Amino acid sequence: MTTANLSQAFMILLRRDLTLAYRRRSEMINPLLFFVLVTALFPLGIGADPTLLREVGPGIIWVAALLAALLSLDMIFRSDFDDGSLEQLLLSPHPLSILMIAKVFAHWLITGLPLLVVAPLLGVLLDLPGAAIRTLLVTLALGTPVLSLIGTIGVALTVGLRKGGMILSLLVLPLYIPVLIFAANAVATSGAGLPVEAHLSLLTALLVLAVSLSPAATAAALRISLS
Amino acid sequence: MTDNYPVAALEARELTCIRDDRALFTDLSFDLGPAQVLLIEGRNGSGKTSLLRILCGIRMPETGSITWNGGNIYRLATGYNASTAYIGHKDGIKLELTAAENLGFARSLGSPSGISLSAALEQMELGGYDDIQAINLSAGQKRRLALARLLVTRSILWILDEPFTSLDTHGIAMVEELITNHLAKGGMLAVTSHHPVRLGNADITRINLSERSA
Repeated sequence: MTTANLSQAFMILLRRDLTLAYRRRSEMINPLLFFVLVTALFPLGIGADPTLLREVGPGIIWVAALLAALLSLDMIFRSDFDDGSLEQLLLSPHPLSILMIAKVFAHWLITGLPLLVVAPLLGVLLDLPGAAIRTLLVTLALGTPVLSLIGTIGVALTVGLRKGGMILSLLVLPLYIPVLIFAANAVATSGAGLPVEAHLSLLTALLVLAVSLSPAATAAALRISLS
Repeated sequence: MTDNYPVAALEARELTCIRDDRALFTDLSFDLGPAQVLLIEGRNGSGKTSLLRILCGIRMPETGSITWNGGNIYRLATGYNASTAYIGHKDGIKLELTAAENLGFARSLGSPSGISLSAALEQMELGGYDDIQAINLSAGQKRRLALARLLVTRSILWILDEPFTSLDTHGIAMVEELITNHLAKGGMLAVTSHHPVRLGNADITRINLSERSA
């Protein structure tokens, strides 16, 4: 296979997943709705004191983003597994790990990117200072792809199980925790007017690590799940 | 349609498949060459689908090896995939995509054969359905759409699991003609079927898994 064919396969898989997401958009909007609702409910639950909200805001937004990502994971492979498209991907003459990058990228565009779009509004809702909102956006831009990449490995391992949801959470959540710690702490730190380069460097390192390792791990996990 | 496939050979040696502590088949060996058919028979649950999945490389046999032109298929990996096409129980069709989108996607994932999408749909008598979402197709039409993949990609070895499911007599004749053309070009076929397969005077090797099981 020439590289031209591979990039064409990559693009067409990406476009197919985006088309599918557009045609089932009511299903795709769920994680975003969850993200907005959970964050919006907190001021009602704990009281609308601005100092309190400013303090817990970064944590709330990031926990909600993490749970929204977890909620959206199952849809990466579920329908492909059920209708047999996943077998066809596995038997494609193109390297499976490259195709997996296309799948994850499409999934992030559908479920991760919308979080970035609404996050500034939620930051204002929780009375975060401007600097903290800017950092929130950077951490979400660096962190949500990591959540998608790590989550995909877990989904690939559990897609063949009938009731894999519980195992998926147990597998994936511990690996999400470093992202949560550094990202939420970065937002809080920048809200206090302190530098956050160290946090952002660590998040970038996590992203680089996930991008380079996750596709191969996902491909291997899928081969196990489907055999 | 005149260009023949390169000569290839598939060799399976002493395959054993164990599922849930039960040996489905043991010491299964066979060869497959150009224009030859491997017809796998057996009762339900005798391991027909497992054998086909082993042939595709999705599943590993417990023992034994499969070679393609002398190279182990697990080592060839994507190189072997480029020569094979698998149509399983599941059609591998996205219900939300149109017939043409489904087929175009399948073509980009495999090695394109040069036959246009509309010509392939026309040949499977799905002309005029190209911009209809697959969810609106009947079961037989979906099966024909899945089988149209064989036309738009160029694969020497076709691995078909019950290709005649949900097809009417006319559809079955259509697929038998498709297979005959494939064999005439030097293609190979591994197939399971509950229907009697009429392929004229093709060179057919039969394997009955029910008779072999322990």
